[in-house]
Formats: sequence, structure tokens, C-alpha cells
Amino acid sequence: MSVFDTFLNWKVFVQTLPLLLSGLSITISLGLAAILLGFAGGMALALLRLYAPAPVRLIAIAYIDVFRAIPLLVLLVVVYYALPFVGLRFTPFTSATLALSMVSAAYSAEILRAGIEGVPKGQFEAARALGLSPLRRMTDVILPQAIKLVIPPMTSNAINVLKDTALASVVAMPDLLKQATQAQALAANPTPLISAALIYLILLLPLVRLVGIFERRMAARGR
Amino acid sequence: MAAIIEMKGVIKRFGTFVALDGVDLTVEEGEIVVVIGPSGSGKSTLIRCVNQLEEHSEGSIVVDGHAVARGADLGAIRAEIGMVFQSFNLFPHMSVLRNVALAPVRVRGLSWPEAEARAQRLLARVGLESQAGKYPAQLSGGQQQRVGIARALAMEPKVLLFDEPTSALDPEMVGEVLDVMQELAKTGVTMVVVTHEMGFARKVADRVVFMDAGRIVEQGAPAALFDAPSDSRLRNFLNAVLTH
Repeated sequence: MSVFDTFLNWKVFVQTLPLLLSGLSITISLGLAAILLGFAGGMALALLRLYAPAPVRLIAIAYIDVFRAIPLLVLLVVVYYALPFVGLRFTPFTSATLALSMVSAAYSAEILRAGIEGVPKGQFEAARALGLSPLRRMTDVILPQAIKLVIPPMTSNAINVLKDTALASVVAMPDLLKQATQAQALAANPTPLISAALIYLILLLPLVRLVGIFERRMAARGR
Repeated sequence: MAAIIEMKGVIKRFGTFVALDGVDLTVEEGEIVVVIGPSGSGKSTLIRCVNQLEEHSEGSIVVDGHAVARGADLGAIRAEIGMVFQSFNLFPHMSVLRNVALAPVRVRGLSWPEAEARAQRLLARVGLESQAGKYPAQLSGGQQQRVGIARALAMEPKVLLFDEPTSALDPEMVGEVLDVMQELAKTGVTMVVVTHEMGFARKVADRVVFMDAGRIVEQGAPAALFDAPSDSRLRNFLNAVLTH
């Protein structure tokens, strides 16, 4: 048997590809759900951390610190295997979305906070001087500028979330990695694993490149 | 005439530094007041307290009959106070037209077409009718500051505050901004102008206020103040700025 027959077996590849693609669609759904929920949660946390009264602000800080400290795999296992003991039973997809979003929200919050703090003080002052309400100051003036500033780190965070979806295979989530390991067992051949690795790369390499382009463009603009 | 701004015993501290040390100032409706004084004398802090970009530590400030203080409806009070900043502070992600139209829509409840018509009219007034579709970064400093003035005017405020409006401009652009301000002064709008432009003060002001070390040292009609200054600090200041 040649190396090709072992690692890049065409027959096995064709046979297992449908399985891998169904895994890919779950990986992407999970990733997108976690990225969007993480962004929404991160925005709320960032605003609370910056502008809420002291007790709420401290809760936001505590949340952000805890969820940046906890290993995602541990959180995933706790949500899926431990919470049922207190009556909280989630499907693998819900568990994985929950765990990924909670962690992504903490990282997004820190990125967005830096973005809001990066908007020049004069912008806040002009918005206040015009009599705009606190909400309008944010939505009309500050956030559009802050979000533009954080597009590169936010894209990096999205890449991390997409990569971390692979951890969901430990909670019986039929994502790309899980499907690949199952296909490997069925075919008794590692080709599906190599294929899965390549699919991850095809998905993520362009995003990685995109971050580089964003960062260069920001640098060229001088901020 | 009614008082638009009434400040009594206003003190502002930054930590242990006293920026305003008991300021009394009344500005009448339609009056043009120019505030001069050396850097760090508290001129900017004075007008920034009027719309509470800085919260004063002690004393009272009343604008158009409303006490300006913590807990007051600052949004409503600020809507009646236009402000023009040294560094323009236009919103870089919006067109010039939208910069001017935004607050009338969000604060006054105008529709976008109404506000944009008003904005277009004001841009024409500051000589920028053809620039409405551009973004602030595409304009010169002088043009940006004229947009800043149009933006403040769009709220039809009862008083306009100018915080060193020409200090960040290249010398050749100072004139175009001062011209707009001078035209504005003729329309009867109340203005409080912090500036180093003594020519403007002399020509346009109804009253010149000289500040030093957080206090109002001397005030009066420009001719009296510039030609016969009684306080030695004012004499030194005028010597320093007028002989260069």
C-alpha cells in the first residue's frame, strides 16, 4: 500500500465526503450562531462595563474575567455533562452554541471596549453638546466609528470561534471533526481526517488573510 | 433684555487645581461676549461648564431659566446651546449634510427631508453649499470649521459657544471662519467666544471679558478694555499678544 492509498485514498474520499459536508454545515451553523450571539453579548457587556453603575459594572467585569479564564473545553463539558444534574438539559448543538457564545462574548466585550475607548474624546463631546441622548450618541456617533476600529481583532476572534467549534465533537456534536473521526472508523482509513483538515484550512485561510489585509489598510490610514 | 446665561460663584476644580475660582458672568440675549486671557486662565473651562461638558464643583449656572446641574435634563438644555470646538469634532463617518442634519432629526424630531433642507440652507450660509455630499476628511480645516458652525446653528440654539474656533487652523484659513462668525454676530444671535483673535474681539464684541488664573479680572466694551486697560495683568497680556 502506498502513502496515497493510506492518507489520500480517492475511493474513501468520495464515499465519506457527504458525511464530511454535513459535518461542515453544522460547523458553520454553530460558528455563525456563536459569533453573532457572542457579538451581541459582547456589545452588551462592553457597554455595561463602561457605563453601568458600579455594582452592574463589577458584575460585567467579573463575567468577562471568568469567561476569558475558563478553558472552553472545560466549559463545554460542564454545560453538557454537569448541568443535567441540576435539571438543565441541552442538546449538543445548544450546549456548544452556549459555551462558545459565552466565551466569545467575553473576548468581544474587551475588543469592543477598546474600540469605544479608541474613538476620540471630541466625538463624545460633540455628540453630548448637540443634546443627543446617551443611546443616540452610541448608535449614531460612537459605535459606527468604534466598530470600524475593531474589524481586524473581531475577525480574529471570529476565526478563533470557528476553530473552537471542533471542540464540540466531545459533546457528541456531529460537526466536521466528529464526522471525520467516525468516517475514519468506518472506512478504517485516515483519509477523512486529512480531508477534514483540508476543509478547515479552505474555510479559515481566507479569513486569516483578510485580517492581514484589514490590518494593513488600518495602518495605511494611520490609525 | 433677558439674561441667557447667569453664572454665580462658579468654581471648578480638577483635583487640587482650581480652574475656575468664583466666576460671576451674565450674558444677555443677543450679546456678543468675547473671552480672552492667557492659556490656562480658565476660558475654555468657563464655556465648557455652561453646557456641562465639565461639571462645575460649586456655584450656580442658569441657562435660559433652567438650572444647569447634576440631575437636570441636560439633553434639553444642551439642545439650546450650540458649541463650536477648536478641533471641529465633525463626525467622520457621515457626509457633511448628515453632520448638520443629524441633531435636528434626533433631538428636535424633524424628518430627514426637513432637516436636510435646513442643513442645505445653513451650508449655503457658510459658503459650502457645493460640499454637502463630501466627508469631513475631504475638506480643509477652515471648511470643516464652517461645517461645525452650520451644525451648531442647525439646532437653532439660543446661545452659541465658540471654544477657540480658529486656534487649530492654518493662518490662511482663519479669515474665512472669522468672516462667518462676524456675519453671524449681525443676526442677533447670542455668542460667547473664547479666542486669541484680538482683532475679532475689538470689531465684533459687545463686551470683552479678560480672565486670569480662573477669575474674571476685567470686563467691558472692547474699546475701553483694549485702549485703557486698568489691570496690570491685562496690560501685560495685551502687550504680549498685540506686539507680536
